[in-house]
Amino acid sequence: MGKFRENVIQPILDCWSLIVGLKITGKFFCKPLVTVHYPRQVIDSENLRTYGGHVELIGKPKDPATPKCISCMMCVTNCPSNCLKVVKQKAPKPTPEQEAAMAAAKEAGEKVVKPKAPKNPLKFTYDYSKCSLCGTCIDNCPAKALQYSNNMYWVVTSRKELEIDLLARLKEQATELSAPAPKTEAKSAAAEKEA
Amino acid sequence: MNVFLQNLIPLIIALIGAMIWLAFNALILVYCERKFAGHIQRRPGPFEVGPHGILQPLIDGVKLMGKQLVRPDNADPVLYWLAPILSMLPVLLLYMPIPYGPVLTGMEVNLGLLLILAFSSFNGLAVILAGWASNNKWGVLGAARAVSQTVAYEIPLLLTVLTISFMTGTLNLTEITALQAGHIGHWFIWKQPLAFLVFLIAMFGETNRAPFDLAEAESELTAGFHTEYSSMGFGLFFMAEYGYMVVMCSLCTVLFLGGFHGPIPGVEGWWWMLAKTYGLLFVMIWARWTFPRVRFDQLLNINWKWLLPLATFNLLATALIIKL
Repeated sequence: MGKFRENVIQPILDCWSLIVGLKITGKFFCKPLVTVHYPRQVIDSENLRTYGGHVELIGKPKDPATPKCISCMMCVTNCPSNCLKVVKQKAPKPTPEQEAAMAAAKEAGEKVVKPKAPKNPLKFTYDYSKCSLCGTCIDNCPAKALQYSNNMYWVVTSRKELEIDLLARLKEQATELSAPAPKTEAKSAAAEKEA
Repeated sequence: MNVFLQNLIPLIIALIGAMIWLAFNALILVYCERKFAGHIQRRPGPFEVGPHGILQPLIDGVKLMGKQLVRPDNADPVLYWLAPILSMLPVLLLYMPIPYGPVLTGMEVNLGLLLILAFSSFNGLAVILAGWASNNKWGVLGAARAVSQTVAYEIPLLLTVLTISFMTGTLNLTEITALQAGHIGHWFIWKQPLAFLVFLIAMFGETNRAPFDLAEAESELTAGFHTEYSSMGFGLFFMAEYGYMVVMCSLCTVLFLGGFHGPIPGVEGWWWMLAKTYGLLFVMIWARWTFPRVRFDQLLNINWKWLLPLATFNLLATALIIKL
């Protein structure tokens, strides 16, 4: 009797799942579409915020044109696809006064205070064509200076254009922020494309 | 001679009508298929060519025709090109005996049901030829798979059709339709619900539709018998498949859903036939985007262990009731 139940009754009962499946797809068929018709419509900024585009730098809260980055190279070391390039800034040449102070300190046997290199990077370039968007750089950044951008409407015609200078991008964003941004949808979309 | 001509001319007109109907259906069904698939997945489907993408199937057809016809090296040229034609040609004949309306019947045949079943079996021959002539061992294996499916699903289909002809005592589709005249209660679906169910499932298998579309299974089994075909060689197989779908759904309508008779007395016409056929086609498309594809052993198990015994039981029970 157990075999009969297992081989005959159960399969017939299981057929109900087919009806359930049809019900689910039927319900979806009647629901409104969720796809955006791209050239005629664009995604509103509310939804765009959740989009994980290429990596970009975050500016300092008080000075949005300078990145929070401290040139520690953690992102470069951890990047599996080798798409980030960071060049550290060199220490500035000491001015004559500083040189004199340094010489005096050396003679006196005190600690020599050399002028320190600024921490933020000189160059921060990024090759989007290599990036796999794994987010390892973002996770490993000790200064929390990287994030996914929501630069969605971005089209290029050659691979070379996918190499972006993130510092320049940050500066651009900072000026856009400070200036009263043009509000119209079309203009911002065009600006995004250029960026 | 005069009688011969009298018979020939309507037949030629009907054949041309069937050709137009077939091509038209292929376009409409391709469009519906993609549109329904889109809406079930909550995307618009084809949208760019024409308003709501309505010209998309036409453009697809032009693209398909513009492609190069390729034949593999050492493939048998005659059999290779014969296969798609052989798959396509019988479909035209299948439309002949179906009564689309009170006067809209291509050809009054006493053995209409038999004609449809006999000529729809040609598809198996076309498939095995296509696989064999492709000079490709996977093509042959795919053809064997596809044929074992079509042949298997033909048997329960035949048995359920037989129950209807037992009940009505005729193989003439026009007569079968006439017997269902009147209100919705006269339709044979109420007298033969089990046969309807078996017919519906066998129809899916016979026309290679999902969830039984192992004959193509484009994503995991690389198509099989029509792998080597390009351009309209493939296009003809494709059109034949849609043609068979329409024929099977029309047949189902005629046998179980009252053909061109409406649900209330006095209302009849080709539009009822069309509405019911397209309703069934919609169910087929709906099922395609709902159910996952079955495995091949499951496919054959459903047929041999379920459909065949059920159909046989139904046939014997019907025979017994009629005899009593």
